[in-house]
Amino acid sequence: MAVVKVKRPKLGFGEKIYLGALAKGFLITLKHALKSLAGKSIGADSLKSSGMGVTMQFPETRWDDQLPEYYRGAPTLVTDEQGRERCVSCQLCEFICPPKAIKIKPGEIPTDDPWAKVEKRPQEFDIDMTRCIYCGMCEEVCPEQAIYLRKDYLITGLSRAAMVHDKKKLYEIGGVRTGLVNKWNELK
Amino acid sequence: MSETISANPDQKLPKDLAAEKGMVNVQIDGTWHQFPKGTRMIEAARQAGQILPHYCYHPKLSSPGSCRMCLVQMGMPPRPAPGTDPAYGDDGYQQINWMPRPVIACANTVAENMGIRTTGDIVESCRKGVMEFLLINHPLDCPICDQAGECRLQENSVSYGKGQSRFVDTKVKKPKNVDIGPRIRLDDERCIMCSRCIRFMDEVAGDPVLGFTQRGTHTTLTVHPDRLLDSNYSLNTADICPVGALTSNDFRFQMRVWFLKETPTIDVNCGTGTNITVWTRGNTVHRITPRQNDDVNSCWMPDSHRLNFHFIDDKTRFTEPLVKEDAQHLPTDWKSSLDTLAAKLKGADGSTTAIIASGRMTNEELFLTKQLAETLGTQHLSLVPRTGEDDGMLVAADRNPNTTGAKLILGTEDPFAKLDSIRDGVRSGTIKNLLVLGEDIITDAGFHFNDLAKLDLLVQSHTSANPTALAANLVLPAAAFTEKRGSMVNLTGRIQRLNRATEMPLDARDDWEIIRDITLAVTGAKKDTFLIEDVFKQLAAAVPEFADLNLSRIGDTGKPILDTGYQIPLLTNERARKAAGEITG
Amino acid sequence: MTDIIIQLLIIVTKIVFFTFMVLLPLVPVSVYFERRFCAVIQDRVGPNRVGIPLTLLGFKKDIPILGLFQPVADGIKLLLKEDFTPSYVRTTYYWLAPALTVIPALITVCVIPFGSPISILGHQEQLLIADIGVGPLFVFAVSSLAVYGITLAGWSSNSKYPFIGGVRSTAQMISYEISLGLSIIPVLLYYGELNLGHIVQHQADHGWLLLPFWQDGKIGLPDATTALYMIPAVIAFIIFTVSIFAETNRTPFDLPECETELVGGYHTEYSSMKFALFFMGEYAAMVIGSALIVTLFLGGWSVGFGLDSWINGLHIGDFQIGGILHIGVFVAKLIAFILFFILVRWTVPRFRYDQLMKLGWVVFFEAALINVFLAALILAAPELGSAAIAIGAVLLLAVTAAVIWVAKISEPAPKALRV
Repeated sequence: MAVVKVKRPKLGFGEKIYLGALAKGFLITLKHALKSLAGKSIGADSLKSSGMGVTMQFPETRWDDQLPEYYRGAPTLVTDEQGRERCVSCQLCEFICPPKAIKIKPGEIPTDDPWAKVEKRPQEFDIDMTRCIYCGMCEEVCPEQAIYLRKDYLITGLSRAAMVHDKKKLYEIGGVRTGLVNKWNELK
Repeated sequence: MSETISANPDQKLPKDLAAEKGMVNVQIDGTWHQFPKGTRMIEAARQAGQILPHYCYHPKLSSPGSCRMCLVQMGMPPRPAPGTDPAYGDDGYQQINWMPRPVIACANTVAENMGIRTTGDIVESCRKGVMEFLLINHPLDCPICDQAGECRLQENSVSYGKGQSRFVDTKVKKPKNVDIGPRIRLDDERCIMCSRCIRFMDEVAGDPVLGFTQRGTHTTLTVHPDRLLDSNYSLNTADICPVGALTSNDFRFQMRVWFLKETPTIDVNCGTGTNITVWTRGNTVHRITPRQNDDVNSCWMPDSHRLNFHFIDDKTRFTEPLVKEDAQHLPTDWKSSLDTLAAKLKGADGSTTAIIASGRMTNEELFLTKQLAETLGTQHLSLVPRTGEDDGMLVAADRNPNTTGAKLILGTEDPFAKLDSIRDGVRSGTIKNLLVLGEDIITDAGFHFNDLAKLDLLVQSHTSANPTALAANLVLPAAAFTEKRGSMVNLTGRIQRLNRATEMPLDARDDWEIIRDITLAVTGAKKDTFLIEDVFKQLAAAVPEFADLNLSRIGDTGKPILDTGYQIPLLTNERARKAAGEITG
Repeated sequence: MTDIIIQLLIIVTKIVFFTFMVLLPLVPVSVYFERRFCAVIQDRVGPNRVGIPLTLLGFKKDIPILGLFQPVADGIKLLLKEDFTPSYVRTTYYWLAPALTVIPALITVCVIPFGSPISILGHQEQLLIADIGVGPLFVFAVSSLAVYGITLAGWSSNSKYPFIGGVRSTAQMISYEISLGLSIIPVLLYYGELNLGHIVQHQADHGWLLLPFWQDGKIGLPDATTALYMIPAVIAFIIFTVSIFAETNRTPFDLPECETELVGGYHTEYSSMKFALFFMGEYAAMVIGSALIVTLFLGGWSVGFGLDSWINGLHIGDFQIGGILHIGVFVAKLIAFILFFILVRWTVPRFRYDQLMKLGWVVFFEAALINVFLAALILAAPELGSAAIAIGAVLLLAVTAAVIWVAKISEPAPKALRV
């Protein structure tokens, strides 16, 4: 970038003495304080303010109904309409995961299974929610559309172990997702 | 330069200059190079810095030219009309007339004044077309396929293919998940008919059980109806398969290759010392593949050696020193176990003490073992011989990987000679203390449990649970071959290096440290050797063959230090085929 | 003998009451106000949850009483935190430093008059701990010891950020002590004495220094001298207030703990209660500073408008309650000024170090010095002839102009900014 020489602005006496600017500042901050106390801050309504400032009082007031479509909550695994696991444990999510929250142990589908054509599924699938940063890269990278970020945001637990979502828990939160997946199609 | 040629008609032309050396001039992408006569175009391009995409071509196998991926544009000088001389330009070369159709680079050899274009519209559209045809019947199940990440089809598709498929019809159905052998699984839908596996089994393994049936898009790779792909070299077909058609049962669905770390090291299952790559993630070895070394194992390795690594992660591994108390082994720590050992050995007469070492030890460990024997004042030092059948390819009859090194370091032609006398000594009771380093003498050296029970002290260092350990007073946990560094000398007299790919479990120690610590415990001296490099330095000073070497100078492919006259049969075969022009590499 | 014991008991009661029941509680109160006030300034709520933790006793809900128990929770947290002493510190001084910061602030409280004298059972009692004749000087002498705490903390931590913070702090506090001391000389000239109790009494009788609009209980305009004296009084007030900000390391002069440059400044290596002592010392200094400003310029415990003598007369039986009411008035003024401190902190951005030093040495030092002569001139005017007054005024103007001129030419030419 080129060097641009900027001339310092010439300050008048009033500006130099600084007291006027101070007074202006006090007025602004006081105005904010009074507005907050009266519950009339800008955006207080749309942010479901509790009556002071713009802050929402969380456990009592919630914004679940205001979550946008693209909200990124807990990552989960989904099944298709027939209850089949979509995940084939390709481990791309494990590879892409920036905080290394995902751990997969691949396994083989036994040949007598009706859907043995797919051959592979996860034996274990753990997402460590203490590590997860909700970036959504796992969802983006998944070639089988098996992992989705749902809108669950209240992920709590009393121990580190409780914060690791295993395969069962992931399918429980994830539920069913419809949509065309070709891998079970014998003709494709 | 051009002026000097036209000014001086006696000046030799480039073709004559090259011919004197048995070379030809070839123009690749506008630049003139010289190559030996008979070089394949694909090799010439590689030497000129252009790696052409290919599937069926393999330098160690014949070239059928079946995949058509390596198409390039070729040009030759015009053939002069009868009675006229060829016209040379200012630069001394003839004009190149480019052919309108491409040729495959893998099966054609270079000629004088030839031109090769590895880029350009024709070449690129040919590659794109070939890729599209190859992908028509490919199932595109990369998320499931084990080859993903090291798949030529994936790589070339990204580099040269189209982004989408235009194919709207139904794909051809072929057998999937076919059990064609004990160690190999076949998926015919993924196969691109390059025939590398067929040629390998025929030309290298000498067991031609694979072949194509049907025609056209229905071409199917199958195994002979009465046979299985059960050769001891079958897993090499999975290595050379450019797609995921042949996969290893052992590695199947274990781990994606992009998580694995590659460590170059050597195999320790026989005297050949096959060069290998150990693939690890974290502290787990997931697979072992051969590493090319044209002086040892070419590109191949036997299945039996390749799969012998599961003991490293096994439950039976020793993780801490064990001391026997009231017929029961209890975990202890290194200091107290070495103190017990030293207390028993210090006062003992050297003639009542014996050491049984192993031919699987590295040069450094053997050197320290020799020092230990001198410290203890014993003449009873022997290795355990381990022989098997020579398969006429890579598996040598001597299954000890470092017999040659042991001969050099111990200074004897037969390092196994004293085993019988030690066994007799144990049986008769003249030997009271026995140190067993890295060997299971009950299974491999003909000792009996009752004989060993007579001993005052039996110490064994080993990686995993074994019958001898049951009898031992003290068991020291040692390192497996992927966990150590060091050097070994193979049967041809080539020194090669072991590299550490994984860490030792819990409290286990590297063998050379165990031997050093035993010596120090007995002498009571202060520890002054901290690095294996220092041990090698002492070794290089003591044994002339190792002089001027150190671990880093050995390199990944080793250095010949001795001529034993031993020939690896597979290499003899390969050199003959190369001389006959069947293969290029 | 019993007299002495009673005297001692009274002294102990006063110390306990004023130091531990008025000053120290003001620290968490100002922390609470700081957090709530800054929250509303920033359109937030601030701590509003911590109350009586009934859920601990098995009830369904806590009682959150506006989060007033937040400072208690903070205190308990800091008390129970691991007190970590790094291995590389100079231990003795490291332990000494927090105490040296907080003790001077607690000592200075002994000369602050909290209210008018009360009388119990006919016994007249001053509502200040030590009725000494050198009030402001004592405050300066003791509170400037606090700089040792900060300097020692910075040095004994044996770590670069605390060290720089300590050095900055020392330089800053020493610089501003000069303008602090010089700025109140006009005030002391006006009152003619140094006893803070008398100063407040004088203000109660004759109007506050900045608000001299009553005389002996009657509202009325001040005489010419007092009216004119408001000019040096206002200048002294501004210089004194700003210098107090600098002395207490409050924004906009909180360079010793500038997070962006120095991590935590001089208390980077401190944790748990030792950190809490620094924290307390800083807030206690702020409370004392406010108390001093209120006492010197804003009438101390006096209600003003001639109401003080009426309040003094209030009594229940033999017990005169006027003094108690005055304590309330004083604390109310104190809290109002603390709120001003907080407002400043959340309005004015931090000064650059060179700006800070320039303000202290080039502006305030000279201004306070000239102000002293101006005040003296105004005070002496009634006794001087008009010629002398004119000469004095001209001299003062000339000196002022000369000082401004020197300040101007000594200022380095502004360099062009690079963007």
